[in-house]
Amino acid sequence: MKYYDKLIFELSKEGRCGYSLPVNKFPAAPEVPQQLRRQAPLRLPEVSEPDVVRHYTNLSQMNFGVDTGFYPLGSCTMKYNPKINEEVAALQGFAGLHPLMHAGLTKGANKVYQEMNKALAAITGMYTFTFDPCAGAHGELTGLMIMRTYHMMRGDMARTKVIVPDSAHGTNPASAAVCGLEVVEVKSLENGRIDVEALKPLLGPDIAGIMMTNPNTLGLFETEIKTIAKLVHDCGGLLYYDGANMNPLMGVVRPGDMGFDIMHLNLHKTFSTPHGGGGPGSGPVGVAKHLEDCIPDLRVSGFHGNFGVILRAYAYILALGKDHLRQVGQYAVLSANYIKECLKDVYKLPIEGVCKHEFVFDGLINDGAHDDVPGATTLDVAKRLLDYGFHAPTIYFPLLFHQALMIEPTETESKETIDTFIEVMRKIAAEAARDPNILHDAPHNAPITRPDETMAARNPILKYEW
Amino acid sequence: MSKILDGLKYSESHEWVKVDGTVAFIGVSDFAQKEMGDITYVDMPEEGDDVLAGEEFGALESVKASSELISPVSGTVVAVNSELEDAPEKVNEDAYGAWIIKVEMSNPGELDKLLDAAGYKALIGE
Amino acid sequence: MATLPYLPHTQADIRAMLDRIGAKQLDDLYSDVPSEFLKKGAYALPDALSEQEIRDFFAALEAQNARLKVFVGQGAYDHYTPSVIPYLTQRSEFLTAYTPYQCEISQGTLRYIFEYQTLMCELTGLDVSNASMYDGPTAAAEAMKMAVSCARKKNRVLLSKALLPHVIKVVETYAKFHGVEIGYVPAPDGQTSLEALQAELAQDDVAGVIVPSINRYGIIEDHSGFADAIHAEKGLLVEYCDPSALAVVNTPGEWGADIAVGDGQPLGLPLCYGGPYVGFMTVKKEHMRKMPGRIVGQTVDKQGRRAFVLTLQAREQHIKREKATSNICSNESLMALWVTIYLSLMGPEGLKEVNKISADGAHYLKAELLKTGQFQDVFPDKPFLKEFVLKPKKFPGQLQKKLEEAGFFAALDTEEGYVSFCVTEKRSKEECDQLVKVVKEG
Repeated sequence: MKYYDKLIFELSKEGRCGYSLPVNKFPAAPEVPQQLRRQAPLRLPEVSEPDVVRHYTNLSQMNFGVDTGFYPLGSCTMKYNPKINEEVAALQGFAGLHPLMHAGLTKGANKVYQEMNKALAAITGMYTFTFDPCAGAHGELTGLMIMRTYHMMRGDMARTKVIVPDSAHGTNPASAAVCGLEVVEVKSLENGRIDVEALKPLLGPDIAGIMMTNPNTLGLFETEIKTIAKLVHDCGGLLYYDGANMNPLMGVVRPGDMGFDIMHLNLHKTFSTPHGGGGPGSGPVGVAKHLEDCIPDLRVSGFHGNFGVILRAYAYILALGKDHLRQVGQYAVLSANYIKECLKDVYKLPIEGVCKHEFVFDGLINDGAHDDVPGATTLDVAKRLLDYGFHAPTIYFPLLFHQALMIEPTETESKETIDTFIEVMRKIAAEAARDPNILHDAPHNAPITRPDETMAARNPILKYEW
Repeated sequence: MSKILDGLKYSESHEWVKVDGTVAFIGVSDFAQKEMGDITYVDMPEEGDDVLAGEEFGALESVKASSELISPVSGTVVAVNSELEDAPEKVNEDAYGAWIIKVEMSNPGELDKLLDAAGYKALIGE
Repeated sequence: MATLPYLPHTQADIRAMLDRIGAKQLDDLYSDVPSEFLKKGAYALPDALSEQEIRDFFAALEAQNARLKVFVGQGAYDHYTPSVIPYLTQRSEFLTAYTPYQCEISQGTLRYIFEYQTLMCELTGLDVSNASMYDGPTAAAEAMKMAVSCARKKNRVLLSKALLPHVIKVVETYAKFHGVEIGYVPAPDGQTSLEALQAELAQDDVAGVIVPSINRYGIIEDHSGFADAIHAEKGLLVEYCDPSALAVVNTPGEWGADIAVGDGQPLGLPLCYGGPYVGFMTVKKEHMRKMPGRIVGQTVDKQGRRAFVLTLQAREQHIKREKATSNICSNESLMALWVTIYLSLMGPEGLKEVNKISADGAHYLKAELLKTGQFQDVFPDKPFLKEFVLKPKKFPGQLQKKLEEAGFFAALDTEEGYVSFCVTEKRSKEECDQLVKVVKEG
């Protein structure tokens, strides 16, 4: 990767153009009336097609993707994105469909939704899915709307609180707030699981439900799920499953069987669609049979959700079939446990035992702090990994640990890649013990060194000044 | 070692209060600004807003964190330190010079519940 | 069972890894799961398909969809896509990256988002843009929440009844659960009524007003006096816009708007049955910290070189949790890249030309359709660009069917009993003539 310091505006030269349009054969329409016309000059780049291609190619070369290398970003499930999925999504018979065409014109698209619905129901044990949500957080919001609708339809208006574990993804409480629900936090035990005794007193007639991630954000299976489900259901609440961590359960465990009433899936995590640098995603929401009637009136996005993403996920499911589903979950879990075992003598493992698809270290065992040289932090380890050609794990989340380093390898990485990663992680630990400054100054080999984020936030420059 | 000024009152959530008649100047302690690191933004109320003792009146932001500001007293905001809008670093530079809001107190008796310098020193354990 | 090419594990690898972990078999890795929850029996899924079978399967499925010339807009516009865009957006460094958390190896993503923010500010005439939202309707819903948050004590947001139907529905859904009251401003003459708006504002409870720059009838609205009336009541003016059309019509900034939202789809995104599209939001500087979503800012690295980072993150869910400005995190980054490349290629002249051809085509088609005698003009004096409505003299179902059979998706019926048409630069004069011929014969 090399540093390239241009913005498209800086390539602009008056009179250049990068477009080709047909000759206008229509008679001229009346001009837009003066008082409705744009007054300001329109400053857009004036660049040729080769300028544009080279500029964005250069930009791409400062980026790291799954196709570049190992991307063990916890909770993000950065698995390989199959290329046949892209081919399918680009088919003109799908890409050219107008969203307001009636069902008679879109039979192929309808079938994609129907078959995806069946497949996701089979994989999760839910009854039916809505595909409108465009991302995981959007799915959470939609799922909570369904939760509230369920209670409202029963005339139970008092259920305005939702329980969220302290280890939850930040989107959980944020989605609850957008949905008009009050968040009640439940603590985790020392072993990283929800404290059932702390949960009990929170339950009552004002509880709409609980949002859970299982395995949770520490990668640990919530072993008390049966008790939790019973307690929440007995108090009249519903169980919401945050599907961000569904990958290890693929082919092995179904949220529906564990008692969850509502869930979302991240098709861009578990179902292999590319993350696109932060979207587009897709966050379909599934419900149990008794909630089927709560979906229809909810319009949470413009048309039918991110159809192009749903198509990709469907191609993936067809490639998996019933034959390979279980391998996805099992191999993801195998790789995570393997890395954990190979590194826990140099990185602090706060909670022992088998993990699922990911696990969390709490920083280095020996951070190398001496005299007035501060020790190497999780941030330093993350930045040093970039030097060795790996993406960093998720850092400083979950908030339960101060130096959280959350590693999720996924099932599409080979043992060789994982072994190299382990070797590098050990090397970094050794470097930290010897001279933490090597880590403090990392990355050394990336297109840029560490940027001044404080300056960016204090004096925001959020657009190019012409 | 954080600086603690004698003669100020302190809350357990690390705000300081300087009393001038019925008006309270409120800021955050040197300990708090150190804990926070480089402050990038101070979210302040508007003049005329009411604040309640023990309730949030704004927030300090750094690059990776946001910390609530809790009012040590109740009353009406009579001024906000608009200097901090463009120069939040002043809180880092001089935590006791950089007052955040001025409050016309509705219940000066609340001051008695706050810590003095010695009490605050004990609280932060330095 | 054939191996899946996405899984590199050999049996020897699996054995070696299990040994290192100290497990006998893969199932042992689930020993913490109560056995009653371990799925027994096969999943109700089809057998795995090979790549060629997948290709054939989708080819057959694709053939079941109609392939029609699109003469309908209503929130999704069939504009031309330069071939450079899919080529570049498919580059795997863009496609397979996550949100740019590790900025040192994400400068590509961060730079194009910065460019995108600049372009959206330029089009809308406002100060600050976020990195994108899901789509236009959800961006409008976020603007609704933002208006309430800025107004603090007021809790009612007004929607123009001339907004596109799907925008109204999504905002209503969000409002219902967020606890925001919704009011409506009618558009009796095909234009949001200022008098009706003033009457609503007089109730002193309005936090914000969402109006369409170009409305559901295709009419370019005149918002003279809107901002003053709304600001006098300390509310926010939100303009819902077609960003392509902002090349030629008044910008939200020129109307005095506080927030601009809309869908970036008209900027060369394929129709794709409704998504992925890309919502956009730009705001006046004073509302920057209330804005939802990611924002990219410029700074320098340790060597003083220009660098870009995600900034103002203290607004966001991963820091503020339930107090965040929104729950949005991942958005539609790749589609923002799409829009950025589109605008770079088209430039000012290209974008104006797109509007010119589309508007000329739409005016031509409208005139020709009226000549058939089968329609009444609904809003004869109102200015429009690429989209318009007519009132059919006969029941529209038969007409649509005829048009479909002839290869056109056109004359979409609306709630008001009109039929809606749209012409983009992709539609030729010959196609317009053919469409009119079908209407005449019908």
